[in-house]
Amino acid sequence: MRAIGTLAHRLAILVYIAFALFPLFWLVKVSVTPNDLLYSEGIRLWPSRTTFEHFRFVLAHSDFPLFFRNSLIVSLATAFAATTLAGFAGYALSRFAFRGKLTVSGLLLVTQMFPLVMLVAPIFKLLSPLGLTNSLTGLVVVYVAFNVPFACFLMQSFFDGIPRDLEEAAMIDGASRFGAFRQIILPLTLPGIAATVGFVFTAAWSEMIFALMLISSNEKATFPVGLLSFVSKFSVDFGQMMAAGVLALIPACLFFLLIQRYLVQGLTAGAVKG
Amino acid sequence: MATIDIRSVSKAYGGHAPVLTDIDLSIRDGEFIVLVGPSGCGKSTLLRMIAGLEAISAGTIAIGGRVVNDLAPKARDIAMVFQSYALYPHMTVAENMTYSLRLKKTPRATVAEKLEAASRKLGLDAFLARKPKALSGGQRQRVAMGRAIVRAPKAFLFDEPLSNLDARLREQMRAEIRKLHAGLGATSIYVTHDQVEAMTLADRIVAMHGGIIQQVGSPLDLYDRPANLFVAGFIGSPGMNFLPGRWDAGARAVRLSDDSALPVERAIDLPDGSAVTVGVRPEHVGLGGDGGLAAAVDLVEPTGHGIILHLRLQDQPFKALTTDRRYLTPQESVRVTMPADRLHLFDGNGDRIA
Ligand SMILES: Nc1ncnc2c1ncn2[C@@H]1O[C@H](COP(=O)(O)OP(=O)(O)OP(=O)(O)O)[C@@H](O)[C@H]1O
Ligand SMILES: [Mg+2]
Repeated sequence: MRAIGTLAHRLAILVYIAFALFPLFWLVKVSVTPNDLLYSEGIRLWPSRTTFEHFRFVLAHSDFPLFFRNSLIVSLATAFAATTLAGFAGYALSRFAFRGKLTVSGLLLVTQMFPLVMLVAPIFKLLSPLGLTNSLTGLVVVYVAFNVPFACFLMQSFFDGIPRDLEEAAMIDGASRFGAFRQIILPLTLPGIAATVGFVFTAAWSEMIFALMLISSNEKATFPVGLLSFVSKFSVDFGQMMAAGVLALIPACLFFLLIQRYLVQGLTAGAVKG
Repeated sequence: MATIDIRSVSKAYGGHAPVLTDIDLSIRDGEFIVLVGPSGCGKSTLLRMIAGLEAISAGTIAIGGRVVNDLAPKARDIAMVFQSYALYPHMTVAENMTYSLRLKKTPRATVAEKLEAASRKLGLDAFLARKPKALSGGQRQRVAMGRAIVRAPKAFLFDEPLSNLDARLREQMRAEIRKLHAGLGATSIYVTHDQVEAMTLADRIVAMHGGIIQQVGSPLDLYDRPANLFVAGFIGSPGMNFLPGRWDAGARAVRLSDDSALPVERAIDLPDGSAVTVGVRPEHVGLGGDGGLAAAVDLVEPTGHGIILHLRLQDQPFKALTTDRRYLTPQESVRVTMPADRLHLFDGNGDRIA
């Protein structure tokens, strides 16, 4: 009976994974399908002949490497800046009592309520006199602004999960408040920081609306916008587009591979009685 | 090592009613003070104010003659053992214990020496390389103690350090704390809920209630001469019995509600007929015999060492403790006597008389 239960459980997970990963599989499949087979063998699971021609073209003859570099710059800068800000703000929200704390939390929440499209025009108006339109810096500023509130709540909840006793013990042991934060709290928040960085990075990496509206030149475009350049007036080059998509997955995968060991919870085990 | 002087200290958390009112306490160098009181009476708050973790609303706290109100915890040179132990989970036992020394940039050789001495004293040698999560509750507790004793601070603060341990381990650690204190002679303040811990460890006990110090004295002082009804009821287990009555100046006795008289030997200066409360500890109640008052047995609780009898006396719950394995059953009636020299008398305000 138990064995059947386990089997059903495994099977359910397997079905779910297959379902979730199928689009990705299709992406890979199309990216290696030669153009002449794309339509003739449209519904086959794997083409009878594969080619890396699309990848070669995308890397050597398109602007894709440029888009890729821009995306990398913007996403890394955003992830770093937003997580740093959110870390400090989240710590303050978690540990200090101060006037207007509720208001601040409330306002942070309010910023999450508007659909981004509504804000594109006012933000464009704000950024353009500052010379921040059509610039990666401008994009980073906007992304940081939009990601900090949620990242802040995320970090706050991670700090809330660390007993206050720990930093108080450190302070009695002779650390300053900042010292206790750096030596005791920060190492214990690494999983939280990793999760936040990952979240912000992917959000910035795949963002489309602002990238499309604020950036006008090809040299400054990020890759989601760049992908659109494979759509011409008369046709869509699916093979190249999918190849670009596969390449765009690489940094996200690498990134999560890097941080996954911090995502594993349980670093605070043993701090308190438990 | 140092004295600690607490002068007219009060504490109110922003906007709330005061948690501590006008606390005055002078702690001598090397003294072991135990704070007792019901939950929420402000023991931890007082400890945290001494440690510098909580701001002082009014009054002054001086450590070693120096007022520390505005000093950060790290400048006060005190060590604290938390109820939760608060071990640093990402550090090994050795790193936990030497964190304070390393912060002070103590030379490596000295650090190693002190770690070695402390871990030997606490029997932690075998665990130095482990992380706290790989330790048992008792071992974690030792590490928390070790973190404090490597420092040789001016004073030790303990906030219910043993309350998470089982009874046997607690007994063992209690003895060790006693030994440690004898060896180090450090000024210590120890918060506990445990009667036995308070009685056995303290040089002086401070009994608190509702943010106010009720009595300060040696353990036997508090046991023999409780200053008021609160202390009388709080110290001792099972708790003291109380019976309401009136002072009969002519008979030099207390008249209970059924008009029976309990003679009192001491000289007492009270107006005739004033309301008093008589207190007697369960262990001082005599059972059987002819004289005394009639009581009915409600419940019999054998403890192995003796028997706790839950009685009903003049419609009041009344407890007696006896080591006599007398065969008593519920509903049975029994005569109880209260020796005159064991009676505690409290006036209408609940304060001790004579
Ligand atoms: N940060 C706070 N804000 C408001 N009130 C507080 C705060 N911390 C504690 N109190 C209140 O102060 C009172 C004393 O708390 P404290 O922790 O000192 O009690 P305690 O004597 O240590 O109790 P226990 O034996 O349960 O540990 C309690 O009534 C508590 O509700
Ligand atoms: Mg407490």
